[in-house]
Amino acid sequence: MIRVGVVTFPGSLDDEDAARAVRLAGLEAVPLWHASDSLAGVDAVILPGGFSYGDYLRCGAIARFSPVMDSVIDAANAGMPVLGICNGFQVLCESHLLPGAMIRNAGRTFVCKDQSLRVEATDTAWTNAFAPGAEISIVLKNGEGNYQAAPDTLRMLEDTGRIVFRYLGNPNGSANDIAGISNERGNVVGLMPHPEHNVDPLVASSLDGLPFFASLAAVLARA
Amino acid sequence: MARVIVDVMPKPEILDPQGKAVTGALARLGFDGLTVRQGKRFEIEVDGELTDERLEQIRHAAETLLANTVIEEFDVRVDA
Repeated sequence: MIRVGVVTFPGSLDDEDAARAVRLAGLEAVPLWHASDSLAGVDAVILPGGFSYGDYLRCGAIARFSPVMDSVIDAANAGMPVLGICNGFQVLCESHLLPGAMIRNAGRTFVCKDQSLRVEATDTAWTNAFAPGAEISIVLKNGEGNYQAAPDTLRMLEDTGRIVFRYLGNPNGSANDIAGISNERGNVVGLMPHPEHNVDPLVASSLDGLPFFASLAAVLARA
Repeated sequence: MARVIVDVMPKPEILDPQGKAVTGALARLGFDGLTVRQGKRFEIEVDGELTDERLEQIRHAAETLLANTVIEEFDVRVDA
């Protein structure tokens, strides 16, 4: 069975939800611990949402230097699928696995809502099960989700098809309406919305989180 | 013991929502014509002698951890 590691940092909030989503998708969830550099032989890694290390210094800045991230960075560079959700996206940016950075929302408020997105790239490890251009709804909840990058970085992301999700109705001032991006190879994806909250009809208004895990299963089956 | 100050500021072209909120609050309090940008100040106590090499090490630390140079710029100086 495909084994998906979910990292818990001090201050992670959505690690349990991410693990549950992995199981609901029919995959095995493996807990990983920030202070250990072991990835326990997993096939993929999820960096969950929350407030790792209390968001001290900058969101994700301290988590990026935790022992587990040394292993995650090596594995990601070797091609292992890695998904960063919300705080996990911030950690990926701080790790330089993805370009750019998040600043406080332009409206200065914490945003918590069902957010419409357009899937812009379906050639990644986490989005290949979506139809190109699909419009989906995923929970968004953050105070610092305003994606920014230098103009030449934004141009590079646009030109190389690495903008994976765009907001339909920009909720936070993100440059180019960017909600999620990938690395060059497409195995590392980060996004601010929370697909792990859109997997169970009892509590979610859409099940648009499930294709993330179906995509992963498909890409690992091909490997 | 030497003390080194590292100032970290959002880059001029990057929106500073915190600074904007403070600017708005000042105006409401009647402090007119003041535009604020908000950053961070780190005071670093350095054990032993502060050599050029040590200062260079602190610059490297600032670039590695204290500032994210995608969105922030930093300045390192010795506290007189």
